[in-house]
Amino acid sequence: MRHLLPWGIFALSLLLLPWLFPSVLGISILNEMAIAIVFALSYNMLLGQGGMLSFGHAVYFGLGGFLAAHAMLGMEQDGPVFSVTLIPLVAGIGGLLAALLIGSFSTRRAGTSFAMISLGLGELLAALSLILVGFFGGEAGISGDRSLGPDFFGFDFAQDRQVYALAAVWTFASTLLMYLFTLTPAGRMANAVRDNPERAAFLGYRVQRVRLLSFVVSGFFAGAAGGLFALHNEILSAQSLSTANSGNVLLMAYIGGIGFFIGPIIGAVLLTLINSVLSHYTDLWLLYLGISFVLTVMFLPQGLTGLLMMHVAPWRRGLLHTLLRPYLRTAVPALLCVSGLLALLETLHHQGEAVIFLGISLPGGQASNWLAIVLIITLAALDWHRSLPALRAAWQRATRGETP
Amino acid sequence: MIDALIFATLNGLLTGLLLFLLASGLTLIFSMMGVLNFAHASFHMLGAYCAWSIGQFTGFWPALLLAPLLVGGLGALVERYGLRHVHRAGHVAELVFTFGLAFVIEQAVQSFWGPDTKNYQPPALLDFPLFTLFGQDFPAYKAFMLLISLGIFIGLYAVLTRTRTGLIIQAATTHPQTVASLGHNLPLLHTLVFGAGSALAALAGVLAGPVLGTFPGMAATLGSIVFVIVVIGGLGSLTGALLASLLIGLLQSWAIAVDLGMPDLLHWLGVEFPVDHPLRDIWRLNLPQLAPVLPYLLLVLMLIFRPSGLFGRREG
Repeated sequence: MRHLLPWGIFALSLLLLPWLFPSVLGISILNEMAIAIVFALSYNMLLGQGGMLSFGHAVYFGLGGFLAAHAMLGMEQDGPVFSVTLIPLVAGIGGLLAALLIGSFSTRRAGTSFAMISLGLGELLAALSLILVGFFGGEAGISGDRSLGPDFFGFDFAQDRQVYALAAVWTFASTLLMYLFTLTPAGRMANAVRDNPERAAFLGYRVQRVRLLSFVVSGFFAGAAGGLFALHNEILSAQSLSTANSGNVLLMAYIGGIGFFIGPIIGAVLLTLINSVLSHYTDLWLLYLGISFVLTVMFLPQGLTGLLMMHVAPWRRGLLHTLLRPYLRTAVPALLCVSGLLALLETLHHQGEAVIFLGISLPGGQASNWLAIVLIITLAALDWHRSLPALRAAWQRATRGETP
Repeated sequence: MIDALIFATLNGLLTGLLLFLLASGLTLIFSMMGVLNFAHASFHMLGAYCAWSIGQFTGFWPALLLAPLLVGGLGALVERYGLRHVHRAGHVAELVFTFGLAFVIEQAVQSFWGPDTKNYQPPALLDFPLFTLFGQDFPAYKAFMLLISLGIFIGLYAVLTRTRTGLIIQAATTHPQTVASLGHNLPLLHTLVFGAGSALAALAGVLAGPVLGTFPGMAATLGSIVFVIVVIGGLGSLTGALLASLLIGLLQSWAIAVDLGMPDLLHWLGVEFPVDHPLRDIWRLNLPQLAPVLPYLLLVLMLIFRPSGLFGRREG
């Protein structure tokens, strides 16, 4: 029963969210989230579960997406007509075949070599996509109409809501399948090969075969995500298989936490939200995203999920409440310091123009203003630093189970 | 035809030597720390931008010296307070860290210097054609770039093989434990090499800024190429890096100059294809189109058939 609870919550939230956010924008963001979840989970199949750091995962996403776009275009131009519910499957098979071809040589080694091959292939395909105009559509991309297939129980998929229904079903099924894959012997061997390839080879496993299997399955789901993307946008451009898209999925998986199955889901949801919400408030959101990413790599190697999981032990001991006070004590100067830094960056960015930050209007270009911000940052940082020993002590008490 | 080839060769040599300024630092950092620095080309870009900004106050020449020093210092700080912290988590975390750093630097440049190309001009002193060949000018600034790049290569070679520091650096790439137990400060050496590598990249940026353009995408366009060079030359090999730099520089510049392609090949073979053939894009490919693809094609082939690179002794 306990195993089924998270899946119930997942299915329920997929079901309820479109009723909570019924606007066009809301549904569109939900669609993007569903796509990002499948893509990020497929990526973590390589990085988290297989120990393969890829800088070119968008290749399979993009190729699957282009295949889906061509399938939709084909329905317009006397190609085979079939239900669009199968488009992600077509795209997935495209991603799978591409992964089979590329993986046959790129999975020979993990580590830096694998990362370099994936980067090289990513750049190669991104460059080719601008040259081979027939398949990739050049600057304009390939667009198709998703409503031309036969009706599926009254759905013609003209509206975003209906596409969300399809995306939600595909996302749930893909997530379940990818989770079940981690439980199979192949999924377990992927972990073994990640941790100690020599030993796995010594036990008689063909290391490359194990990696290739993960790689191909991952390619399938990346392709399926690309297919959903094509259905959602009805257009595909070279942007989808660019290295920037590959970098984005790395950010999602890492910020969410690559050591946990649920990590990439959290990362995908969070980054999609940041992408569509935060970008309305500041021009600098990509900079903040990058800084958060670097800080995550430095201080939270297990990502946000890891941070949450750290609190399981104190919670089991019933000592979580003892952490509240020291947390609040640290949070006040920390928030002050971070807002000061953000204010500084925003005023620097706007160079002399007034900036409205957290409801406060900051006139730009005045030395006294700058001085005040820098002073606040310094004082807050000092206080933040001073509050840390108490937090550390409280944390040790809570995890070791000693009551204060 | 012949005049285009001569100019392509000169430009290819120039690009190659500039790429070498970047690749030499990257390969040295890799052989010491085992880390492929994604942010290396970002330091190159920062060099160009800093030089442009400093140049607004001081003119070109002081900026040529100050910008690399500034960026080198920044690189040393990144190694000391960032990379060393991540080092404990292993190579994958280090690679991801430098990737994130490259992302941050690109965004920072875009936010604070603006998304447009800077009007970064070569100094007036060198703004004249050095010689004219077949009616085409060869700018003196390009010759100056060639000269500086060559000088740096010779200087680097001399430092690494003739000085005490250079010998310790060389020893530290192969026998780090021995070097450390002989009493040399290995972490300090890492910081110094990382800083020096960043400064070299920045110097390349200062030199290249006026010719290749100073814009926020310059790190992304160059970064992957430098990786290609370091891998093709063999990770950690300075000679390999030089040869691979020249190879890539010349290859790209020749491919652009020689206007041949599949149509010519097919014509020569006597094969004709209908205009609306499904694979028409492939039958129409020509070398100038393929120029940006060639380095990556070379990289993939290299990694498949000779993963240790031209002069590499070990695999990544």
